[in-house]
Amino acid sequence: MIESALVNWSRAQFALTAAYHWIFVPLTLGLAVIMAVMETIYVVKKDGFWKNTAKFWMKLFAINFAVGIATGIILEFQFGTNWSNYSWFVGDIFGAPLAIEGIFAFFMEATFFAVMFFGWEKINKKVHLASTWFVALGSAISALWILIANAWMQHPVGMEFNPDTVRHEMTDFWALVLNPVAVSKFFHSVFSGWMTGAIFVIGVSCWYLLRKRETKFALASIKVAAIVGIVGTFAVMLSGDSSGIHVAKYQPMKLAAAEGLEDGGTRAPFSIVPGVEIPGMLSILATHDIDGYVPGINQMLDGYTTPDGVRHLSAEEKMQRGKTAIDAFAKYRTLKDSDPQAAEEARQILDENVNYFGYGYIDSREELVPNVTLVYWAFRVMVGFGTFLLLLMIVVLWMEYKKKLVNMRWLQWVSLLSIPLVYFCGQAGWIVAEAGRQPWTIEGLLPVKAAVSSVSVGAVQTTFFLFVAIFTLFLVIETRIIIKAIKQGPKIEEQKGE
Amino acid sequence: MKKTIISIWNFYYEGFKNMTWGRQLWLLIFLKVIILFLVLRLFFFKPAMAGKTDEQKSEYVGTHLIDNN
Repeated sequence: MIESALVNWSRAQFALTAAYHWIFVPLTLGLAVIMAVMETIYVVKKDGFWKNTAKFWMKLFAINFAVGIATGIILEFQFGTNWSNYSWFVGDIFGAPLAIEGIFAFFMEATFFAVMFFGWEKINKKVHLASTWFVALGSAISALWILIANAWMQHPVGMEFNPDTVRHEMTDFWALVLNPVAVSKFFHSVFSGWMTGAIFVIGVSCWYLLRKRETKFALASIKVAAIVGIVGTFAVMLSGDSSGIHVAKYQPMKLAAAEGLEDGGTRAPFSIVPGVEIPGMLSILATHDIDGYVPGINQMLDGYTTPDGVRHLSAEEKMQRGKTAIDAFAKYRTLKDSDPQAAEEARQILDENVNYFGYGYIDSREELVPNVTLVYWAFRVMVGFGTFLLLLMIVVLWMEYKKKLVNMRWLQWVSLLSIPLVYFCGQAGWIVAEAGRQPWTIEGLLPVKAAVSSVSVGAVQTTFFLFVAIFTLFLVIETRIIIKAIKQGPKIEEQKGE
Repeated sequence: MKKTIISIWNFYYEGFKNMTWGRQLWLLIFLKVIILFLVLRLFFFKPAMAGKTDEQKSEYVGTHLIDNN
């Protein structure tokens, strides 16, 4: 039996690494687009001011990229060491997208990255501009493959379980790539990166305004960033809406946890904060129909029938089918050489129940409910801060349009102090996505307690604290280098021509 | 062909040679790669099923999945 301490420490370590990785990724995604837009303005207007503006943000992009690079690799180390059962069980489903990311997207990004930095005075400016856009595109494509892999864990499609190899084998590559969860997750994540980049640029530019320096540069940067950020935020809202529909359909327990919805039904209310609800709103968000049926936690545990007559199994029924699947799996493996006919019968039973395989490891129905308090509040932090940041960008852009921003010190302070909020927003989003799908590593197929390796808790604890130390060190280094570069300001670019 | 390769080489060579603040970043990347691959990977993150053949891995995980039930 796997110790719960081992599961918890392995999860904590993975969460720490993923959260650290997600500090750098969204800024890369967002800054890449913002500097590409700035360079486009330079090429169209033939105005050197925009070239220097783009080059300054490119410098901060490079610092963020350098510190963030390879942090994702640590996650892959953890798959092999702490999550070896999972790594084997998922087979090539997880490996294929990651390999494509490594081979295609990373090299594309790295090639154009060098052209973008070294090519300013050496190649045609339109070719240079294309390389900057390719860096932005490459960053997004890098994110695409890992998000496809993640989406498969949320909603596994395009595969078949092979009891001989104990692996899932890909049967339909395009089902994996076009998994609806992957599509909405990709756009939601990439456009949240646009928000991060925009808030970062606006905040840093406001710091210049507060210091009464680089005013023209700061105001020009704010205009571009606010437009990119507003477009990005509306795209985040649209993809979030689509994501809500998918969660309601494929992971209804996550939705119920995010809403703290114990008992659902038709015209389900949306909770703004505890005690303040909008009647029928959750049904609209989850089904695009005010009369749409949204099950609550209790319905999902007890089993329920939707108004269209579809019956959903109770927790106990699913757990029973899971145990049947595992028993059939064990029987198949025991008999496959000695009694092929009995093995074939066992395999049929396994195939009939394989979608409930993971439920066989669940000991009590309570295990199927994620941490409601955590998921509920993480969702509110994400939406609340996201809404505030959208309003902030609109106000900042409007005030700049009215030529008032330069004198509005309070708004400059609010913008500067809002930089951390966009990071809280992104992290909270991932808490909803990942903590909200507990106890699963792969929805319905493998819970975390069956996915971990048999390693010692002490070893996982040691590496956890080692990561805390290393990550903190690198974060301090990045922050110092970025602050130094910001203090130097964009003028340094004009002198160095780099 | 040779000319193209030489121009690509020169492009990168001059790019790296003329770097100023970029050197700091490369040093940072180098340090990080050393820590990740030479320290963490070698001493702390040995794959749990290292050295096993695919067949042995199937057997190991299969047994583990059945026993954990």
